[in-house]
Amino acid sequence: MTDRRRVLVVVPAWNEAGAIASVLDEIASALPAADVLVVDDFSSDATAAIARATGVDVISNIFNLGVGGAMRVGFRYGADRGYDALVQIDADGQHDPASVPALLEALDSSPGPAVVIGARFDSSEDYPVPRARRWAMRLLAAYLSRLTGCRLTDATSGLRAYNRDAIALFARTYPADYLSDTVESLIIASEAGARISQLSTVMRPRIAGTPSQSRPRALLYLSRVALMLFLQAIRPRRPALPSPAPTNPRPIIEEKP
Amino acid sequence: MTGVHLTVLLSTGAAVAAVVELLRRRHLREKYAVVWLAVCLPMIVFAIAPNLFNRLAHAIGVINPPDLLTVLACLFLLVVCVYMSWELGRLEDRTRRLAEEVALLRRDVGAGH
Repeated sequence: MTDRRRVLVVVPAWNEAGAIASVLDEIASALPAADVLVVDDFSSDATAAIARATGVDVISNIFNLGVGGAMRVGFRYGADRGYDALVQIDADGQHDPASVPALLEALDSSPGPAVVIGARFDSSEDYPVPRARRWAMRLLAAYLSRLTGCRLTDATSGLRAYNRDAIALFARTYPADYLSDTVESLIIASEAGARISQLSTVMRPRIAGTPSQSRPRALLYLSRVALMLFLQAIRPRRPALPSPAPTNPRPIIEEKP
Repeated sequence: MTGVHLTVLLSTGAAVAAVVELLRRRHLREKYAVVWLAVCLPMIVFAIAPNLFNRLAHAIGVINPPDLLTVLACLFLLVVCVYMSWELGRLEDRTRRLAEEVALLRRDVGAGH
């Protein structure tokens, strides 16, 4: 592959000491040319230390910001340093980094924001998800498919690739609210006229840690999503991205050795 | 429906409209809006069906139903105040940590001498 794009892999991590090392190891072998940034979201375990020991760049938040807040940090880092593509991978090991090159290949680098989602259940129905939640997610996916004009089966997947203009868009607008970042970011992207597509990838059970979606949280999540879709319907569209995308990034302070 | 109930219905309706408009303009965070909408909905129900509220009051032993409304309103506002205090404390803590962090970083980059 003659891909000359500079790629940044952002791994938002919160208390993933048990999984982060093997995830970073897999990323390094699947994407040897990519830079990796771990955004440690104020973990109380050794996540940041383990990540640093592997030689990747690590940013430690000074308090917990949630996945959305951690991703905002990642997008700003990517925008400031002028990356051509940004890949988001969960730190719990449920995404296989081997599927990222396919995502990057599907990512449209021409001007205008573009997002490619690595979907989960499409090809691996064996991954256990409670039936009610799967149903709700399908309903949500159907709505979002209509909104984005792309057949989406897994709108909440945290495995995604963004092109340069999508990085600039999300450095300003990525949602930081609790439990809603993946869905709301798609709404924001489609309002900004982004090209959104989906690729089927195999998801594996988590390597370690506890899933962040228990039953009451899933219910809370669904109510949040319902409110979000209602608001999307009544809200005026956000102003479009100032064009051209920011060309004078803030000066980067060189790290001290 | 008497004048009082109509007044309650109209003012609650206005409150709902105000909250939704603030949400629409992104001036109010969803998590706070939900709390106010959750109060407005029973108020609308009780304004339309006052007997429902009177029966509820009598069922739990309140002789004068408006008293129950006053007590509930006070309790609710108390809970909101305590929650806001907690939230304020958390924000103060975060602001302080940010100020510390910025001060240390400014020292590291040689600014502010």
